[in-house]
Order: sequence, then structure tokens, then C-alpha cells
Amino acid sequence: MEKYIAKRLLHLAGILIAISFLTFLLMYLAPGDAAVKKLNAQGIAVSQEVLDKTRADMGLDRPFLVQYGDWAWKALRGDLGSSYKDSTSVAGKLGKAMGHTALLALGSLALSLLVSLPLAMLTAVKRDSVPDYILRFFSFVANSLPNFLISVLLMYFLCVKARLLPVVADKNFKGLLLPALALSIPMTGRFLRQFRAEILEQLGKSYVGGARSRGVKERYILVRNVLHNASISILTVVGLSVGTLFGGSVVVETIFRWPGLGKLAMDAITNRDYPVIQGFVLFAAVVYVLVNLLTDVAYHWIDPRVRQE
Amino acid sequence: MNVRHDKRSRNRTRLLIFLGLAGLLTLLSIFAPLLAPNDPNATNALHMNEAPSRAFPFGTDRYGRCICSRVLMGARTSIFSAVALVAATFVFGSVLGMLAGWFGGAADALVMRLADVLLAFPQMVLAIAVAGILGGGLFNAMLAMGVTGWTLYARLARAQVLALKEEAYVSAARLTGQGVLSILLKTLLPNMLGPLVVNASTQIGTMMIGIAGLSFLGIGVTEPQAEWGSMISGARAYLQLAPWAVLAPAGATILTVMVFNYLGDCVRDVLDVEGSR
Repeated sequence: MEKYIAKRLLHLAGILIAISFLTFLLMYLAPGDAAVKKLNAQGIAVSQEVLDKTRADMGLDRPFLVQYGDWAWKALRGDLGSSYKDSTSVAGKLGKAMGHTALLALGSLALSLLVSLPLAMLTAVKRDSVPDYILRFFSFVANSLPNFLISVLLMYFLCVKARLLPVVADKNFKGLLLPALALSIPMTGRFLRQFRAEILEQLGKSYVGGARSRGVKERYILVRNVLHNASISILTVVGLSVGTLFGGSVVVETIFRWPGLGKLAMDAITNRDYPVIQGFVLFAAVVYVLVNLLTDVAYHWIDPRVRQE
Repeated sequence: MNVRHDKRSRNRTRLLIFLGLAGLLTLLSIFAPLLAPNDPNATNALHMNEAPSRAFPFGTDRYGRCICSRVLMGARTSIFSAVALVAATFVFGSVLGMLAGWFGGAADALVMRLADVLLAFPQMVLAIAVAGILGGGLFNAMLAMGVTGWTLYARLARAQVLALKEEAYVSAARLTGQGVLSILLKTLLPNMLGPLVVNASTQIGTMMIGIAGLSFLGIGVTEPQAEWGSMISGARAYLQLAPWAVLAPAGATILTVMVFNYLGDCVRDVLDVEGSR
């Protein structure tokens, strides 16, 4: 186990270096002169003199690899540069927005799991029954719904038609409800489908027949054996959904004006505030990689066959 | 035996039905300029935010443009861009993956590590960043989605080539002195096309959603070109006044994505069942 973790950590270091390099390259290759962009974002008139000075201040006159090294070394110590727009620290901006996005992501994840797990068990056990067909259809429709579309439809039906909720979210529970729902509906559809398939696969295995023939209660088999064995795949599915959540948060937070990372990133794109975009991309990728590493490690920890190796 | 046969024929029927539906939608989009009741870009100050009527079947938006015509024209953008993008990533990824698998060594390592790193980013986050930096437009949005799109095919194609490389018929083809390209395309490709096609067919819906999402955010297709995502984004501001301006493109998006997603499922079912015959 220790050996495995050590190996994974080494691999992680390589991936992180590659991620940071690609993120830096992305902004480096962005069309236009970074100094001009910075001056434009601050609304300063561009003259040759100012431009030369800004370029030197930003270190843009140095070779590419030196610039990357400098940026990566600072990033490693938590310094992601400063915003073109208001010169405040990018890391500070990300830190302030992070909590909101974490709340939204965890809320929608919990909602999706709470709905999809029991329903997946139901549809798997009552395979080919009416509820199974209905739920399979729902999961298919939900899975085909883009985040932006479900957000706008929720807004229309709940806020405009039924007048149940305010259109612009406050930063309280009521404000969290709509964006969380918008993120979790497509996710529930996806979870339901994947969990159902996994539970069906487990139910078809011989240990289930064996337990049944020994007279073990059906409910006990389902919860103690099937669900336990399915938990590894469930964990993997949940880990992978973190990436989708990051992408979805940009759309949903922008629509409902939820002050999280996604809205920060979208505002930065509108303002051409490159260091903030860069910080967001780097942060999202690092969190995504770490979550998937954790699910892998948990997988090794849950599965006794792998643990013994 | 009989059950399996039943299942196979049922899968094939479903595939034909959804192939037909997808074909119908594609035909609608091809003939959109002929079918559209009005000029999709003509603004009309006399008919702003009008409810659906005979002249404007889905109503008008705040510039008085015919929504029905715009939805029809938007079908072109959505369907063609998604299909073209899937085709491009399919070819690019498969060729790269096949070459990597065949030659191995440093080129192989380079391609596969690049794929690994690209897949380490959440796909939509990278797409949003790339599209945002490039600054909108349909081509840039497609490019942004394609940055990670090719990796799926490259990984699959490489794995297939590695698995098939040592087969007797491949060695036989090598002994006849055929060139690499000829072996890859004539001998290997026909035997590995199945999984690649399954992947491509399930990707059309995903790419459609991605491009519509970027357009919604204002970093994809931009006005005045008709596109469902950007139509919904524009009409969202006056949702109370003219809900049809949102609901019509929303319905079209849901319907089209569902048809193409279901088509992907059918292709997978048919090829999987026949593959494991």
C-alpha cells in the first residue's frame, strides 16, 4: 500500500508539472500582447513608452522557459500573480470564491446521490417494471439536458411561472437551491444510469445466488453485499463527476449570479483578465487530479484483494 | 439462441428508426432556408416580442425576428458543427493513435502523455478557457472542444493496434512487402473500426451540448448567426415578456440532443451484440 501511494505521488508530480506547463503555454500563446491586454484591462492609454515599461515590469522580455519557471515557482508557493483588472492577488480571489463553489458542488453532489442511489437500487431490483421504464426514460432525458438549458427552464417554471423563488440568487439556502438543482438534475440522470448498470451486474454474480440459497434475506444481500461491492464503481463515478461539476459551475454560477469560481472565471474571460483565467484552469485541474488520485487510493483501500498485494 | 436473435433484430430496428429520425433532422437543417417561413435575420420593429401566430409560428424575439426561422437555421449550425467536429477528431485521433501504436517508442510516449495531460483537465473547463482566449466564433468553439476530443480515439486506436499488431494476418500482410500506410488502412483499420465508431456516435450529442454551452456563454457562435445556445442566452433577459423565444430553441436542443444520444446508444448496442457474437 505504501509503495503504491509512493508510486502514485511520483506520477502525480509529473502530471502536475505537465498541467502547469500546459496552462502557462495556453496563456502564452493567447493572441495579442500580454502588456497591451493588461493596460487595456486597466483602461490605460497604450503608448510605446508605457508599453516598454509594462513589458519589463511583467518580465515579458525574458525567454519563454525562464518566464514559465518563474511563474511555476511562484504558483507552487501559492502566488498566482495579480489580476490585470484590479491588481489584487489571483490566489486571494480564488480563495474567496472557492467556498461558494464548494458549497454548490457538495450540495448538488449530495442531492444527486440521495436521489439516484435509492432509485438505482429500485430500478435494478424491479428490472423491466413500469417504474424502471419511467426512471430509465427520466435518466435518459436528464442526461441529454445541457446545464444552461436546465437552468433557464428552472428559472422559467419555478421563478416566472410559479413564482416560488427569486430569479437572482441571494447568498443563502434559498439562493443555493436553484443552481444546485440545475447542476444535479443532469448528474442524477447520469448517476442513475451508471449505478443501475453496476448494481445489475453485481446482482447477476454467483455470490448473490449463493446467499439467496443459504436463505439470507434479500434486503440484507442488497445492502451488505451488493451495495458494498458496488461502492468502488460508485466512488469512481463520483470522483469523475468533479470535472463535470467544474465545467457546469461556470454556466450555472453565471446564470444565477452565484459568486463562486465559475462566475469569477467567466467574468475574467469577459474582461480578458488572463491571470485569473489561468489561475482558475490550474486550480480546477489540480483539484480534479487530486480527487481522482484519492478515489484511486480509496479503491485500493476498500478492495481487500488489491490491498494485500 | 432465439432470445439473442430477437434482441438483435430489435436492436437493429431501433437503430434504423433513430437513424431515420437523425436523418430527418439533418434533412430539415439542410433545407432550412427553403422551409423557414421568414428571413431569420430580418428585424421588424412592428412585431417585437410577439406571441406565436400564423405568420410567426414560434413568435418573435425582441428585435422582431422570426423565431421559427431562426430555430430552423440554428439546426444547421448545431448538427453540422457537431458532426464535423466528431468526424475531424475521429480522423485526427485515430490516425495519431494508430501511428503511435504501430511505431511505438518516443513518438508513442509523446502522444500518449499529451493525451494523459489533456485528460487531466476537466474537459469543459479547458474548452471554456480556450474558447474564451480565442474570443468566440463557431470555428474557435469547435477547436476548443476538439482540443481534448481527439484523445478518446487516439487511446482506443492505439490499444487496438497494439492488440492486433502480432496477429498472423498482419504479419502476412507485412511479409507481402506492403507499405505501413497500406497495412494500417487496409488490414488493420477494418478490424478495429467498431469501437471507434461506437465512440464517435455517442460523442455527437456531447459535442452538440458543448458547442451550445460555449455559445450560451457568449464564447461560441455569436449574433446575428442563428444558434440555439446563443438564442437562449439572448432571450433569457426577457423571459417574462416572451417565453417562446427561450422555449422554442430549448425544445429544439433537447429533441436533437436526445435523438443523437439515442442513436449513439443504438449503434453501441448493435455493434456490441454483433461484436460478441
